[in-house]
Amino acid sequence: MNACSDKTLLLHALVDNELDVASVASLRGHVAGCAGCAAELRELQAFKSLLADARVRHDPPPAWREWALSLVERNEARGRRRGFAPWIAGGSVAAVAASIALALLPPLATAPLPDELVAGQIRSLQAEHLLDVPTSDRHVVKPWFNGKVDFAPPVVDLAVRGFPLAGGRLDYIAGRTVAAIVYRRHAHIINLFVWPGQSPETPATIRRQGYSLIRWGRGGLSYWAVSDIDPNDLAAFQQQFAAATR
Amino acid sequence: MAPHLDSAYGLARYLCRDAASAEDIAQDALLKAFAGFDGFRGGSPRAWLLAIVRNAYIDWGRRSRARRESGAPHLGMYDAADVADADTPTPEAALIARGDAMALRGAIEALDEPFRETLVLRDIEGLNYQQIAEITGAPVGTVMSRLSRARRALTDRLSPAEGIRE
Repeated sequence: MNACSDKTLLLHALVDNELDVASVASLRGHVAGCAGCAAELRELQAFKSLLADARVRHDPPPAWREWALSLVERNEARGRRRGFAPWIAGGSVAAVAASIALALLPPLATAPLPDELVAGQIRSLQAEHLLDVPTSDRHVVKPWFNGKVDFAPPVVDLAVRGFPLAGGRLDYIAGRTVAAIVYRRHAHIINLFVWPGQSPETPATIRRQGYSLIRWGRGGLSYWAVSDIDPNDLAAFQQQFAAATR
Repeated sequence: MAPHLDSAYGLARYLCRDAASAEDIAQDALLKAFAGFDGFRGGSPRAWLLAIVRNAYIDWGRRSRARRESGAPHLGMYDAADVADADTPTPEAALIARGDAMALRGAIEALDEPFRETLVLRDIEGLNYQQIAEITGAPVGTVMSRLSRARRALTDRLSPAEGIRE
């Protein structure tokens, strides 16, 4: 019994939690009526649990680990300043969060981050990637992020202010999974990227490739709004969103 | 207690398939990490460290190849045609069928390198496709097909009694 050849990689992506909600629903629908794919899925799940056995990992010899830990300790002072020693040793969540904030605050004008965000905006306008959860109901969008990102992005509806909510999705920016909340402005799209970070509350604006980007921070989250709408309109959006989440 | 340190060693161990060399490779990687090589730019510190481990392994492989002129064994970097070495002894397969983790390790080590590193990064270290693509320099689609073939090769070894599919 074989899985359908065009579904094999999707089944792997499913057990690896790599599919967006729409693809998961469509694949689950197919598996429900396909014995071959259902068997393949069961086999994959059994395989994953087999490899999850801790004894499959190779642990370092005690002497090596001791050496490595002493190296971490020797570098701790420097690491605390630069932010990576505690991570290598598996440090506290707070240390990691603080360091992520540092790592994501490059000089605005030269940083690669704005380019990545513009790329995210452009990607989102290509077919199928704009929305994982297409709804204007913020009570659907906000809980959808639960369990998909390790923070709770605030979702507000700004329809009465001229920025109706279109939905949300996950994106991948600067090496981490971020929340993207999508708003519409007439025929245009605003992507609001959100992740944990310590950006200044005062909004900062830059332009890249015809797009406007506004960055601000609040409550331990960094926000980047990206759009091709008029920069003044995007500034208005930022003010409305910041006011609604104050 | 030090998960990233253990991961660094564990990946090195699966890549080079030798306990003593794994210590050298992981040590080299940690020193490079602390020296600030490959500057950290945000994202997952674990993925960043494992990328340094992989680079340290590649350097180690180059040094090994240079030494091969004096008769050191060939360690096969990306040059074998098939997913796995052809002949797995049946007793090993039987051990795996009983869920023996040691035998499972052996079966993973029998995978050829691109498949082995992809499988270890995903199924043992828990990185996502994008992170694996960045670390190995392969497109996400290639990561997915390598992972699928590696799992198929292992699964077929795990259930010899049921016969090999396809």
